Order: sequence, then structure tokens, then C-alpha cells
Amino acid sequence: MIAASRLSGGSSRISLEAASPRYGEKAIVWVLAMCGVLSVLTTTAIVISLIGPSLNFFRQIPVLDFLFGTFWSPAIQPASFGVLPIVVGTLNVTLWGLLFAIPIGLGAAVYLSEYARPGVRKTIKPILEVLEGVPTVAFGFFAFAFITPLLQDVWPGFLGSGPNIFNAGAAGLAVGLLIVPTIASISQDAMMAVPGGLREGAFALGASKMRVATRVIFPAALSGIVAAIVLAFSRAIGETMVVLMAAGATPNMTLSPTEPIQTMTAYIAVTATGDIGTGTIEYDTIFAVGLLLFVITLVMNMISIRFVRKYREVYE
Amino acid sequence: MDETVTDPERTIGGEAERSGRPGIDVSSTAHAAHEAHQESVGKRDTIFELRDVNVYYGDHRAVADVSADMFKNNITALIGPSGCGKSTLLRCLNRMNDLIPSARVEGRINYHDVDLYGPRVDEVEVRKRIGMVFQKPNPFPKSIFDNIAFGPRVLGMKGIEERVERALRGAALWDEVKDRLDMNAYGMSGGQQQRLCIARCIAVEPDVILMDEPCSALDPISTGKIEDLMLELKRDYSIVIVTHNMQQAARVSDMTAFLIVELDAEEKHRTGRVIEYDDTEKIFTNPSDSRTEDYVTGKVG
Amino acid sequence: MSQVPGTQRARLAAAGAQSATAEVMLGRRSIGDVLRGRLFHALLLLAIALAVIGLGMLILDALVEGQSRLGPELFTEGSAVSPADSGFKPAIYGTVIVIGGVVLMTVPLGVGAALYLEEYANRERWWNRVIELNIQNLAAVPSIVYGILGLAFFVRGPLDLGFVAFAGSLTLTLLVLPTVIIAAREAIRAVPPSIREGALALGATQWQTVRRQVLPASIAGIVTGVILAISRAIGETAPLLLVGAATLVTREPTDPFTDSYTVLPVQIFQYFSRAQEDYRILAAAGIIVMLIVLLLMNSFAIWLRNRYEQRW
Repeated sequence: MIAASRLSGGSSRISLEAASPRYGEKAIVWVLAMCGVLSVLTTTAIVISLIGPSLNFFRQIPVLDFLFGTFWSPAIQPASFGVLPIVVGTLNVTLWGLLFAIPIGLGAAVYLSEYARPGVRKTIKPILEVLEGVPTVAFGFFAFAFITPLLQDVWPGFLGSGPNIFNAGAAGLAVGLLIVPTIASISQDAMMAVPGGLREGAFALGASKMRVATRVIFPAALSGIVAAIVLAFSRAIGETMVVLMAAGATPNMTLSPTEPIQTMTAYIAVTATGDIGTGTIEYDTIFAVGLLLFVITLVMNMISIRFVRKYREVYE
Repeated sequence: MDETVTDPERTIGGEAERSGRPGIDVSSTAHAAHEAHQESVGKRDTIFELRDVNVYYGDHRAVADVSADMFKNNITALIGPSGCGKSTLLRCLNRMNDLIPSARVEGRINYHDVDLYGPRVDEVEVRKRIGMVFQKPNPFPKSIFDNIAFGPRVLGMKGIEERVERALRGAALWDEVKDRLDMNAYGMSGGQQQRLCIARCIAVEPDVILMDEPCSALDPISTGKIEDLMLELKRDYSIVIVTHNMQQAARVSDMTAFLIVELDAEEKHRTGRVIEYDDTEKIFTNPSDSRTEDYVTGKVG
Repeated sequence: MSQVPGTQRARLAAAGAQSATAEVMLGRRSIGDVLRGRLFHALLLLAIALAVIGLGMLILDALVEGQSRLGPELFTEGSAVSPADSGFKPAIYGTVIVIGGVVLMTVPLGVGAALYLEEYANRERWWNRVIELNIQNLAAVPSIVYGILGLAFFVRGPLDLGFVAFAGSLTLTLLVLPTVIIAAREAIRAVPPSIREGALALGATQWQTVRRQVLPASIAGIVTGVILAISRAIGETAPLLLVGAATLVTREPTDPFTDSYTVLPVQIFQYFSRAQEDYRILAAAGIIVMLIVLLLMNSFAIWLRNRYEQRW
């Protein structure tokens, strides 16, 4: 208890200064801050690890030759360092994946957001979460051991010869299945964030569920949906094991789903685990391709963040 | 049981009459006259001295030009329409406004003659002496015992069990919960939770208790219990309470400050200002300012 | 009611009104409209069905292919010349060691960073915004890039650890750290500010408030997030390929700093890549084991969250 100040003739001064210097508190803030700074260090480390050998690479191979050349053959003579084939290979798989994942993911999102009863929602959501947790080797195995034979069996003759044993389509479908939960959950969040009043207003005027979903909810949630797709695109580009196991190892500049291709990620994996001397130009291709991959996904991520911010701003 | 608790006549303004203490005007000359009068009749202990206090959130002035003295073992009430800065002003008294990065206090707030916002002042020390009870009861998600014990424990006090019992008795809660101290605080009713928060507050033996609309989330019966409690607590603590319930202020407080809201030219920013601060009885029966009269008689607000 | 900018709200409301009017003006909904509505609903159900069927087929396929090899040999044998004598024992050891290291490093670093960002960092300061931006971007970096980082900094470069389990742990820690931080932040943010205010108003210091009130109240959410992040780490293959989860490991790794090692998903990939059909069956068996483990972990995490989650 504070000593009471005397009634007249001055009062005894109390002190409001800290009783102890509390160094522990200050130390703790620093320790915690360092944990946060680690993220910046990681990004720096990634950039450093990529830039060093890449610079080495680009000293020997002009950047434009790299970016726009159409023949990728760093190991086999005559060596050529045009990266487009593996970029196109990546796009090949990604495009087929998105073709599968977007309708399914958005359909699932619309259903869960606008049609499903809470009980149904509670059962389906964990299933999507399980899908998200399946390791990529399992998807790769599935693509090779199930999807490819299936595609080969059902391939209609008029489309030409069926898929190769290693083909982009099977990998694409597996990657598509892999990214469905990403599209579905983010889109669903965006749709459910649309204020109920808009729905109720339209219903009160007599609109059908389908109309409300397509003409009101979907446009309202568009930024979130775009963010979801961009994020899924980014994930698909970065996928390695599925393509390693099902799409092959041949750089091939085609968008055909029946042919084997090689993605940027697969190239990195194969080359880095192979027998290549450090410091050779072939070794440096790992980092140059890695840098390209990093930059692409970084840009996609920034775009996606802007879209998420846009839809969050609107509704919060 | 103290007579003053149940006899409203003697509570409101009674002590003021006995001490012959005049009200306090905002103007400085009146203030000087008041100071002189104080010296002559024997000063009551001053807990807080506020001089030209202005509170800003960024560029926006939330509270303007407050000068007032608050006294020991009194209940001082801040009343006024919503948005008039009562809570903002209250939170300056225990430096809780520090939690808001854009908040800024100008002017002087003295606590027992020490500048509350002095350069070496530690807000943790301030809050050990000046406690707060919030509008919505906010017990911790722990047992009743752990709720009360938290303060003494972090402050390094000894004899936790006795302190818990003493605090619960002081908050008129002991008999109700003494067999259930392990129960989670969230199982209590709203009124009990608020008394728990009061017990938690007095467990660290503060000097002052600030209450920010402590009864606005409660039913009338709980409100009545807490008002009785306030009158009991007055003996050992000094209390400053913000309330939007005029009758409550009239019932329990010794001094009352009435604040109004001023809108700026573009009608965008609201600034609060103390219009009148005086003995409660005077505020409610014979206020000096017509705006005060309009508010307490219910014509506006 | 959340705020929608006036123009967009008006536009959406008009769209809703227009489509509703189009239907109402026809007197009653035509057969065409009803059929279209039903078709739409059916298509949506089909979408969900395809996703569920896809998952089901994946699991079923692994089961069918691998069930003949399910048995104790999976856990007792290592990599041998013949598929019949091979198992996953060294890989399982390796996974336990690597993931153990990840848990030990991720929890303090992740929770620490989350606490800093939520409880101490002033959002106005640019360096804190840089930290947040970094975390968001790192969460989206492809896992193989982390492998490159590990190769350059941990296996070779400054730490020069070689192809050992600890390098794998370090690499995976950096990979899952953003996920853990994001999950921990959400759990911490769920604690209402009134709890913090109540503690501070009693004269507790910032750290006392965090340690004794905020952290205990958010622990369930944090643990759930950690478990989910760890189960993701268990399934990671590509970065570990680069950091040297080796091809042929005959003895079980015991020392994370010196022994060569492998992990379960890498071993599965290696078996899959071999010529003999029987190795592929073995790979499928490994997948079944992994799926079961992951399913158990995720179910545990969800049960934990439901049981101990603090409801405010």
C-alpha cells in the first residue's frame, strides 16, 4: 500500500520508476526478433545460393540465349542452353493440371459455399484436407501406375497414337488432383466471405440458387478466386516428384499430353543428384534454372497476395 | 455494515458538506480561488491532479483541456454521452492508452505529486498501483484461484492462498465460490465474473481502482451488488468510474465530472471536454451549466 | 455487417435483381430454367465426386499394388539385391532422425517468430513488414529451391556438413518454418486482446503476459499447426534428394552428423525407379505405410484441436 501523503505541508514522494532494470525482458525481445529475422536470412541465403553460380553461368551463356533458346542439352554435345523446352514442359504439365483442377476446385467451392448443408460441409472438408496431405511420391506413383495405363487403354484412335509410357498428361492430371484442395479452399473462403445480405437480397427477389451463385457470389469473390488459381499455378510449377516419376526426362518443346517432357524442377533434381563436377557449366545450370523458377514463383506469389489483399479489404 | 452504504442522503454530498469543499471550475482563476480555499480548510488528499490534459490519437484530439483534482477514498464519476472521451481519459490514468501506438497525452497528470508521464516512469509500476476493471468482464481462461493468484504471482508476492481469500472476501465473492476455487472462471455468471475481475484487481493491493463502465454488460441485480461493493471498496481504495448510467453516478459517487462531445467544423472528429466537475449532489440537484442540467434531467443524451 | 464499397455493392445487387427479374417476369420459372438449375447442381456434385473419387483411386491403387508386400519385413529389412529381401528399415530410421531434428528446431524458431510478430513488433516499422513479407513469400517457394539452398549452404559451403541427416533436418526446417509461423500466428491472434489488457492492467510485464496467458491459451492451435507442418515434412522428397538422402543405404543411420542416411519417401522413389516390377510393388507398400502414418498424425492433430481448442 502506498503511504498516504500527509495532509498539509508537503507530501512524501512515491517513485514510479521501475523497481528493477528487467534485463530479461529486453533480452527476450531480441531473441524473439532474431527468430523473425531468420526469415529474411533464409531469403537472402536462397538468393545468394542461386545468384553466385548463375552469374558464373551467364558470363558464359548470354541471358537471351538462355531465355529464348529452343534447344536444351547441357550435358550432351553439342551443348545447347536454350531453356524454353523445359519451361514449356513445365507449362505443359501445369496447363493440363489447371484444366482439370479449376472446374473441379471451383465447382467444389461453389457447392460447399452455396449448396451444402453444414453436415455435408463437415464431411467433405476433411476429405479435401486429406487430399492436401498426401505426399507427392504417392501422386507420382498414381500417375505412372494407374493414370498412364488408363489413358493408354481409353485413348481414342482418332487422336493419334496413345500416350507414351512417360507422358505429360498423366503427370498433369495427377498434379491437377494435387492442387484441387488449394483452389477449393481459398475460393470457398472467398465465397463465404461475401456478405449474406447480398445473397438474401437476390433470393428475396426470386433468383434461383444457380443464378445467385453465378451472377452474384462468383463475381463478388472474384479476387479471391483469382488468388487461389494463381497460387495453385505456382504450386504446380514447383512440383517435382510427380513429373519425375511420370513425365519423363526428355526436354521436349511440346504442349502435347501424350509425349514425355521434362520440367524445370525435374531437370534440377536429375542433374543435382547426378555425377557432375562442381563448378562446371553443367553444374551451374542447376542454379540458373533454379533462379528462373524462383523468380517465376515469386512474381506469381506477389500477384496472388495483391489479389488476396483486394478481396480482404473489401470485406473486412 | 456501514450506514453510509444504505443511506443515500448521507453518501452523496454529505462528506462534501461536512468539509465545506466547493466545486471546481474549469477556468484558471476559479481554480486558483479553489486552491486557496483548500489550503484554508484543510486539504483532502489528492490522488490525481490533471492540468490542461489533452489526449490525441494521431492528429485527432479526443479529449480537450481537462483540469481536475481527484481525491483519496472517493468515488469520482465521469459521465456524459457516448464518444465524449470518458474512457479515453480514464485509460490515461493508468497508462493503458500506451497500448495504442498513435495515442499521445499532453498536459500534466500528477499521481501523488509525481508526473505520471515523466521520463523515468515505468508503466508497469504505474499499473501495480492503479488497477482497472473493464466494461466486459475479462477473466482468464483458468480456474478462479489462478485468476486471482495471477497478479500476486507475477508481482512476486508471498502468501498466495491468503491473498486469494482476502481478495475474494473483499469482492463479496468468497462465500459463493470458496468450495469451487478450481472451477474454470468461464463457468461463472456475468455478474460473478465481474466481481472476480474486481477481486483479481484488489489482490495486488492497488491504491486506485479505475472502472470503465463496469456494470453496462450486467443485469440490474448484479449491477446493484457491484454498486454496493464499490461503496465498500471506497474505504480502502480510491475509485474513478466511467459510467453512462447517470443514476449510478448519482447513487455511488462523491464527485462527478460531466463531459460533452464537440464536433469539429467538418463534423468528422469528435472531441470530449469537461463542462462541469463538482460534488455529485451539486451536479445532480443544482448544476452550474445548462448543458449539465439538460443531461442529468434527461432532456438530452 | 461487413463493408462493401458502394459501387460494387450496387452493381452486385443490380446483377442479382436483374437475374431474378428475368425469371420472375416469365410468370413462373420455365422448365428450361428448372432443368438448368438441376444440371448445375449435378455438375457441382460431379466436381466434388471427381475429387473424392480421385483420392479414392489413388489410395486404392496403392493398396492393390502394394498389399502383397505388407508385412513385418518392411520394417526389418534394408535395401538388398533382391526385392523380396528388401524393406524400409534404414529409411524409417532416417525419417525419425531427420524429422526429430526438424521438430526440435522448428518449434522454438517458429513459435518465437510468431510471438515476436504478434506481441512485440510494431507494424509501422518497415523492418517488421519486411519480415512478414519474407515469410509470406517463403511459403510459396518450390521445395526444390530449398534443396538448392541446402546443397549450397549446409552440405557444401559454409557449414560443409556433407550428406548427413542434420543437413536434411536444417533444410526441411527452413522449408516448413513459414507454415509453422503462419499457423502459430493464427493461434496467437485468436486470443482476444481483452485477456492481454486484463493481465497488463494488473501490473504484469509484456513477457509475463505472453508467457503466462497468451501462450497457454494458444497452445492447442500451435501444436495442431506444428503437427500438420511436420506431416508435410515427412512427405517431402525433392529437397532431400538434393541434400543427399542417398540411394543405397545399407546400414541404419544413427548419428545425424556423420552417417549417410535416407528417408521414407526417397526410398520409395528409389525402389520405384528400379527396373524390376517387384520393386514397384515394394514402393507401393511403402506408400501405404506412409499414408497410414500421415492419416494417423492428421487425425490426431484434428482431435487435439477439437478437444483442447479454447473457445472464447
